[in-house]
Amino acid sequence: MKHVFSVRIGPVGFRVGSDWREPIRQLAALYAGYPQPEDGVPDFTVRLFAQRPWRRVIRPAVMIGGDFMIPDAAPLPLAQGLLAAEMAMNLQMALGQRRYLLLHASAVERDGRVLLMTGESGSGKSTLAALLSQRGWRLMGDEFALIDPITGLAHAFPRLVSLKNAAIAVAEAAMPQARFGPLLKGTPKGAIRHLVPDAAAVAAMDTPGKPALLLFPRFGFTPDIRDVAPGEVFMRLTQASTNYVAMGERGFDALTRLVLGIPAQAIDYPDTGHALAQVEALWNAL
Amino acid sequence: MNVGANGWLLARILRSPIDAAALDAAGWTALIAIARAEQMIGTLAWRLHGTAMPPAVARILADARASADHGRTLALWEAEAARRALAPLGVPVVLLKGTAFVAAGLMAGQGRSIGDLDILVPRESLDAVERALLANGWEWVKPDAYDDAYYRRWMHELPPLIHRDRDRMIDVHHTILPLTARITPDAEGLLAAAVPLRDGLAMLSRTDVIVHAAAHLFADGDLAGGMRNLWDVHCLIEEFGVGGLVERAEHHGLGDAVGRALRLAAALYGDGATLSPGDRACLRRVTARDGWGRATRPWTRLGFYVRSHWLRMPPAMLARHLWTKWRKQAVA
Repeated sequence: MKHVFSVRIGPVGFRVGSDWREPIRQLAALYAGYPQPEDGVPDFTVRLFAQRPWRRVIRPAVMIGGDFMIPDAAPLPLAQGLLAAEMAMNLQMALGQRRYLLLHASAVERDGRVLLMTGESGSGKSTLAALLSQRGWRLMGDEFALIDPITGLAHAFPRLVSLKNAAIAVAEAAMPQARFGPLLKGTPKGAIRHLVPDAAAVAAMDTPGKPALLLFPRFGFTPDIRDVAPGEVFMRLTQASTNYVAMGERGFDALTRLVLGIPAQAIDYPDTGHALAQVEALWNAL
Repeated sequence: MNVGANGWLLARILRSPIDAAALDAAGWTALIAIARAEQMIGTLAWRLHGTAMPPAVARILADARASADHGRTLALWEAEAARRALAPLGVPVVLLKGTAFVAAGLMAGQGRSIGDLDILVPRESLDAVERALLANGWEWVKPDAYDDAYYRRWMHELPPLIHRDRDRMIDVHHTILPLTARITPDAEGLLAAAVPLRDGLAMLSRTDVIVHAAAHLFADGDLAGGMRNLWDVHCLIEEFGVGGLVERAEHHGLGDAVGRALRLAAALYGDGATLSPGDRACLRRVTARDGWGRATRPWTRLGFYVRSHWLRMPPAMLARHLWTKWRKQAVA
């Protein structure tokens, strides 16, 4: 394709081809400092293309495609090309990743041990991971935690942190020195701004960690902490995994091992200050 | 290596895995994208198993093998589910395509991606088979009156059914070409010659299985998935030979289709063949893919799409069919 960008994020290499220069320029700027795919061969190919040749220039709309596609993906305006690229990369992972069990979770590491946080969009898992990375934790990722079925270790996937709506101002205020992407307004998920993981997260991204604690955060409630029983944890994680079914027996074994190996708690919080205190308290009590 | 990034790259490596040693990073990247687009990454992974390659490629292909193995398990389980549902009827159930290849442990099944379960049953048993499947958790995919009536009157299979729990489709065939096609294969002969597998399931005979692959490609479809289907043909010939194949193909009225399938499979994956202009056009269509996995040569593709409809039904009926489809689309 006309414009090409390649990158390795954690153990996963991507190649992004685009009909337009701008999304590639943004990716190259935001992922500066990331390595190239190992051996120069990416795991996944992503394509950003115009549905018809004239749609490259007239009301340009970005279709997303690649090795793995969903049939009815809606195009995005060119101004949201960066978001299209990130969505397409996530889609390759969600549909095509078979080496690791994928959990829709953010992950941070301290002393070689990993805290996993999972929840639906709006639970605050991305924001909390970003804030924790300012407080002595290493950011491993805000979207997918990669569980190795052989070792049980969690691998980092520190792609750009996707901050949405109110979380944007919270992160900007807490991390004035951090690098951010352009503010994307009016996306299908509201306002989005990408945060570049700090240098430490990128430098250590090849180092996996041992899962130690699983949290189910929930934003907008009075503070509360509850134990979650293994059966419920298992069911919720099957729903939070995009490839649990496709991984077959390996997926079942990896998830069983994870659920039985670490404690899980649900935390409700009214603001990030409460949440960070809850996290530190639970972590220190391990 | 003097091969551009198109379907020929994949064909060349499948034919001669040792040539992969000459690939650079860009070559491997294109090969993987093309193989994925043609749904042949599992086939490629098994074909290259044990040969030298960069570690990153080895990991990608190991994942593809694991994925294909899981797909095989699912396909066999789906066949078993259908067998259990249909066993009380006492009718012969013949597995077709990918599921048959893996059930019989054939080379064509190694690493093959398998989507739907395709079975062949006697036409007079269709109603009973349909009732038994509906009673065991399968449901209609297309609740559309026109499509439903069209399938039942003119097609060689029931409208597709999907299982409500396992989300897997089953295509129940009673012959191997649409009833509207100009050629009428001997459906009773297919069933009579079928070879038992185990547990009451069967597959087509060693000649009929090749005839079916060729019919599917040239007398029915628009050559979509042609690289994979011709790999099937290549593997089946490697394992079964061509003894009696020409006679059997003529018997079904599919001598031309089988002859072409043999030539194209030999051109792509074997020792080459003397090609007609029509064969060359087919190869242009089959290999129309670029190093990004994109479909190329849109006019060639369109030509074969039109041709597939032309072969499938007489002109007046085609006009009526397209008119109805177009009106429905316009309303929607």
